[in-house]
Amino acid sequence: MALAYLGVLLLVPLGLIFWRTFQHGAAPVWHSLTTPTALHAFRVSGIVAFWSVLLNTVFGIGAALLLVRHRFPGKRLFSALIDLPIAVSPVVVGLALILVYGKFSSFGGWLQGHGFQVIFALPGMVLATTFVSLPLVVRELAPVLTEIGIEQEQAAWTLGAGRFQAFRRITLPAIRWALGYGIVLTLARSLGEFGAVAVVSGRLVGQTQTATLVVDESFQNFDQATAYAVSVALAVIAIVILVVVNLMRPEVKA
Amino acid sequence: MATLWLSLLVLIPLGAVIWRANDKGTGAFWRAVTGPEAASAVKLTVAVAVVVSLINVVFGTLIAWVLVRDQFVGKRFLDALIDLPFALPTIVAGLVLLALYGVNSPVGVELAYTRAGVVMALLFVTLPFVVRTVQPVLLELDGDAEEAAASLGAGKFTTFRRIVLPNLVPAIAAGTALSFARAMSEFGATVLISGNLPFKTQVASVYTFNQIQSDNTLGAAAVATVLLAISLLVLLGLDVIQRWAVRRG
Amino acid sequence: MTESTRLVRRAAAVAALIAVAAACGSSTSSGKAATGSTSAGRTLPAAQLALVAYSTPQEAYDKIVAAFNKTSEGKNITFTKSFGASGDQSRAVESGLAADDVSFSLEPDMTRLVKKGIVAPTWNADPYKGMITDSVVVLVVRKGNPKHIQTWADLTKPGVEVITANPFTSGGARWNVMAAYGQAVKAQGGSDQAGRDYLAALFKNVPVQDDSARKSLQTFTSGKGDVLLAYENEAIFAQQKGQAIDYVTPESTILIENPAAVTANSKSPEQAKAFLDYLHGTEAQTIFAEAGYRPVLPGVKSPYPFPKPAALFTIADFGGWADVSKTFFDPAGSVMADVEKAKGVSVG
Repeated sequence: MALAYLGVLLLVPLGLIFWRTFQHGAAPVWHSLTTPTALHAFRVSGIVAFWSVLLNTVFGIGAALLLVRHRFPGKRLFSALIDLPIAVSPVVVGLALILVYGKFSSFGGWLQGHGFQVIFALPGMVLATTFVSLPLVVRELAPVLTEIGIEQEQAAWTLGAGRFQAFRRITLPAIRWALGYGIVLTLARSLGEFGAVAVVSGRLVGQTQTATLVVDESFQNFDQATAYAVSVALAVIAIVILVVVNLMRPEVKA
Repeated sequence: MATLWLSLLVLIPLGAVIWRANDKGTGAFWRAVTGPEAASAVKLTVAVAVVVSLINVVFGTLIAWVLVRDQFVGKRFLDALIDLPFALPTIVAGLVLLALYGVNSPVGVELAYTRAGVVMALLFVTLPFVVRTVQPVLLELDGDAEEAAASLGAGKFTTFRRIVLPNLVPAIAAGTALSFARAMSEFGATVLISGNLPFKTQVASVYTFNQIQSDNTLGAAAVATVLLAISLLVLLGLDVIQRWAVRRG
Repeated sequence: MTESTRLVRRAAAVAALIAVAAACGSSTSSGKAATGSTSAGRTLPAAQLALVAYSTPQEAYDKIVAAFNKTSEGKNITFTKSFGASGDQSRAVESGLAADDVSFSLEPDMTRLVKKGIVAPTWNADPYKGMITDSVVVLVVRKGNPKHIQTWADLTKPGVEVITANPFTSGGARWNVMAAYGQAVKAQGGSDQAGRDYLAALFKNVPVQDDSARKSLQTFTSGKGDVLLAYENEAIFAQQKGQAIDYVTPESTILIENPAAVTANSKSPEQAKAFLDYLHGTEAQTIFAEAGYRPVLPGVKSPYPFPKPAALFTIADFGGWADVSKTFFDPAGSVMADVEKAKGVSVG
């Protein structure tokens, strides 16, 4: 019964996308994917996703450690706040970023005066993407960190290891699968983000257009071939990474 | 350090939205939020999010169970595919769902422009959440307690209900929290299929978008603030449930 | 550059434009009489211009920029281009998106920038009133017009599904509403009530109101509805992209005018102005015409018939956008607010 549910919800749409994309063979798909606009867009998506993953990994490790190992007032609120980005509509994210970093706000205007263009440039897009994928690494790491406890690290400290050394040699290997999975989810989410980025990107052709924006634009311009081709490319990239990571965890998914 | 980062990224922009909502005083805020269309959109969003989350609790747990306890051909593949809704950009999900359930539906099911269509779109987008939080817990559970119960004569369902389920509640709660939050905010997948019919199928995120497009940022910020507050309450509430279940179990 | 210098330059440019327009108008041009459309043919210093435009003319602009780069004036000028929904683009520029030349689908998107001081209030002081292309509201139907929709009256018949975007979020839909209102008013000898009655009857037949004109076109082409209210150039665009639709140009409809301007804070005002002038020239107007837009420059050849409706009216007949926005589209109380409320539909 569960399988039927899955089938209807997941497999049928998946099948439909692939069908519609490859209806006329693989050549037109390749052609759509290698236009300068598409290539630029993949590059922009890649850069934005890279920064988002990097920032969220660092934050994720820090926040997970904080949540699991420390007590502090407001901890539960902190935890809920980390999940909040998933509850925020992408439109609101864009609005919020413009309110704060837009040219006509005090902070944003000051930044722009000093040569920092945040909105309508890559930094704003990175901020938006990082925001929407904030909880992913944290949520993967927290349960595992809870599991492994802190004893081993403490032992290392008493034996004279530095904090970072202990972290690198003891904790990191223990959490590497959860971390890897969290990173992959963040990557997938970052590549697929549309709503928030659409508002803050400025849609400069060849400069601040991400792959998802190209999908939207092509679809709106009745260029369904490009829209589906790029969508499938994005999905395949993420699926491949997901499958690879899943396969590399034999002890967990046996 | 992490808190500094969090504050920069999350709190300041969200604070700006709340600030903007109160720009013209609380009176204007209330008016913006209790207007018939705004209220309707918020009610619909919450209702749909609840329905979707409940469905996910049942099916998410079921799917996690099947993926952990059963063996069948293509299981690994299916397991990896659960994350597909994450991988797919939301507008792509919207496009495909519209193609599937729209006017020229290849499967003959026309759900576009209806509430059922909105629910379908949200179910797709929130599929992974409960499944992924429950799976690791199920894997951890050793079968001893269940075997003991079986040997004492308990039926399968009773065993599930009394032994397995309590252990799963925290994970289900966590997954439901995420599922609810996501359903509240989803935009890309729903904007195409909902048809934007106010009082019928207009969810709050689309209403917010419309407000921005009508240059009514105050109205948009006001509704966004209400949604944030509701989400925060639900997240905290589910966190409480999690804690309570852990203490009991 | 001081204010007065800028004004003098602008006046000179306008004068040049008038001269050029006169020259173009009087010649029986064969379309590509290129150099007559640019002023003096001198080479401008290198610059990068940011073009921010609405989405439909994207292909046209790509061609126009390429052509501009071939002229002596434009050969050192590079462009960054941005395309999106007209309202979104206007709001982006308002929030700080850098732009030298802006081009929108309707005037209120330009007025928004004038209010913020991003575009000078004199932007429409030229003979074209700041407009670079025109269009009309047409009735888009399925290929072959199976339901035989020919007139506005057909739209209020029972069982007919009319698709239009929501006028509170879509500028394009506002043109639709004014066209519908206007033709009813004119048909009844000027009665405002007749116009309101028609709008109420029309919107009874509207099942879905997407938030943008382009989305409503998508909704229609994906199979929903019997007739769509849209810009003529949108219909032509869809046809060019292989969509199976036809369109009927009603006898009575509104003239849609698309504005373009340079921004007041442009870092390369001379080059920006040169490009804007180029848009009014024969080459650019021909490219627009080939894309389905009605050129503002007289005498430009086009592959499309652009039939002239017998009773064509403009927004000026109803007091211009400033008045119309207030009377018809104010969410707090207006003609459309009443119509939509009666239907229980989205008001802005």
